[in-house]
Amino acid sequence: MLDDLRRLMRSKELLYMLTWRDIRIRYKQSIMGVMWAILMPTLIVGAGIIIRVGAAKWSGTSITMHDIASVMVRAVAWAFFAASIRFGTNCLVGNTNLVTKIAFPKEVFPMAAVLSSLFDFCVATIAILIVLVILGWAPSWYVLWSLYLVFVLVSLATGLSLILSAGNLFFRDVKYIVEIFLTYAIFFTPVLYDADMLGKWSHVLLLNPVAPILEGLSDTMVEQRAPDAAWVAYSTTVAAVSLLVGYWWFKQLEAKFAERI
Amino acid sequence: MSDIALRMDHVYKRFSRGERHDSLRDLIPAMTRRLLRRGSRPVALKEQEFWALQDINFEIKKGESIGIIGHNGAGKSTMLKHLSGLMRPTSGKIEVNGRLSALIEVGAGFHQDLTGRENVFLNGSILGMSRAEIRRKFDEIVDFSGLKEFIDTPVKRYSSGMYARLGFAVAAHMEPDVLIIDEVLSVGDFVFQAKGVEKMRSVLKGGATVIFVSHNLRAVADLCSRTMLLRKGQIIDDGPTSKVIHTYMEQIRTSRTIDADKQVIIDSVSVRGRDAPRLDFVAGEQATVTVQIRALRKVEKLACVLMLLDENYYEIFNTSTERLGLNVMNLEAGQTCTCTFDLDLHLAAGSFHIGVVLYRYDTTTHYDEITPAATLLIRSPIDVRGTANLYPRATICPAPG
Repeated sequence: MLDDLRRLMRSKELLYMLTWRDIRIRYKQSIMGVMWAILMPTLIVGAGIIIRVGAAKWSGTSITMHDIASVMVRAVAWAFFAASIRFGTNCLVGNTNLVTKIAFPKEVFPMAAVLSSLFDFCVATIAILIVLVILGWAPSWYVLWSLYLVFVLVSLATGLSLILSAGNLFFRDVKYIVEIFLTYAIFFTPVLYDADMLGKWSHVLLLNPVAPILEGLSDTMVEQRAPDAAWVAYSTTVAAVSLLVGYWWFKQLEAKFAERI
Repeated sequence: MSDIALRMDHVYKRFSRGERHDSLRDLIPAMTRRLLRRGSRPVALKEQEFWALQDINFEIKKGESIGIIGHNGAGKSTMLKHLSGLMRPTSGKIEVNGRLSALIEVGAGFHQDLTGRENVFLNGSILGMSRAEIRRKFDEIVDFSGLKEFIDTPVKRYSSGMYARLGFAVAAHMEPDVLIIDEVLSVGDFVFQAKGVEKMRSVLKGGATVIFVSHNLRAVADLCSRTMLLRKGQIIDDGPTSKVIHTYMEQIRTSRTIDADKQVIIDSVSVRGRDAPRLDFVAGEQATVTVQIRALRKVEKLACVLMLLDENYYEIFNTSTERLGLNVMNLEAGQTCTCTFDLDLHLAAGSFHIGVVLYRYDTTTHYDEITPAATLLIRSPIDVRGTANLYPRATICPAPG
């Protein structure tokens, strides 16, 4: 595994170029350019506002600026996670000619998929920060927590992309399963709503490793308070395990990629 | 450090024919079935397996250039994929010393929507170059490809020749210790191919080890001193290129069986001088080549093509009964016929192969071929090199002391 990591380090230029390629193509092909990175989060924010307005009506309160800011923060993070998984799952099959013809550490593909989604995430983050500042948002030191939370989210997305990209290479229906899963996972993740809206059931929801991260981002960015340390530790553990297991599994299967693709 | 660049030690690779489960939807029912009938694994699976590589052993020294030849499906590409680390053997050991670059397809990794310039950088890093290295060699690469004015055009607007040229130009500017090339010299026009061979030669001069797979025997003979012949996953010959190419051609000739599907076959080809059947001639002598043809079914408008090939099986001469103004042959099933060619052998010293083809021009049907049908040995009383013999006479004026 150490040898593998050393080889990966030597391929960092390639990782950079593949990430650059993915970003370049995405922004070149779409007339919308930067809009691409903002479209998906905007739609999610719209859905979230509708849900929250509905919830407020039902409980007899009204929707606040905090609610909208919270939905925006969660939406951007979720859009990144979903895009990483989606691109990550397809990355090996989508690069068949490179996988079968040129030898280099293949994990650069899922990593490039996550990194190029991270670029979109950064663009979208700048956009929401502008909106938040207009809405009168002032950052606190808790914002530093959110950097750590994003790091955990990136690790989790990378680990899952490693597993799913290899899975999709061997079984082509994995991408359909992932697609269905991503469509409905938004209901099992506190993106459109807050976890505490579920009351005592919120703990079950937080078992979804993405949930504590989104809750934490909302806590640190909007509520200006520290995230729940225990749940953040839980997400960190799941992310670390998925990264280690994903990498190990990917390297186990890598030798068969060229002949099975 | 040893002087061995590459070594394969008892390498075996098992492949399985037929379809595998490539979706979970197929796999899950299949696994359930297997669980229900535990222990009784289908035997058919074993029968579907075959050896793609079988007991491959060789060593390649640093700076050597090796050709690999063989029919389609002989295992050439599988072997390259093992050398480049794309596949791992079922058993056996592979050793590689030094930085290895495998060029299995030029322009693999080009993206249609990116410009030539962007693709040079992308492709370069895929092939293992650093960005600084590519930036340094960029102008050289563009000059080599001859695509200066199109370098900022997306490659989807390129012709396939331009595409291949740019791909080859990038690949040719790597500086690997071991370079593996699969059929890439067959890209581009004639001028570009010559440029490619020139470039390979300079890579060789730089001390790199080159492994070259090609169907172009001429290019193999040009570039490689040693060649391996593969057949059904085994090395059946390994040695000096000219000897191995000869084995290969012999193999093609002897493996030719009378195919029931064939409509007309070449029964025999014989060569004689003015006096008696023979194969050794003095330059300028006349030889008579006699071709016996037998129709297995009714065939129409048949012509007999005669070729002369040099030692490396490169065609140097070609004629046919039709092009010589003779009528086409119409044969009934079972009917035979004899074509005779008289040739003046104005050739330089060396060995030359005769090839015979039965061909129908209007439908471009290729009925039968024997190449080489015979090998002529030519001696020349005067020392000329090359293939043609123009019987030169030279004078120096004033005559040297």
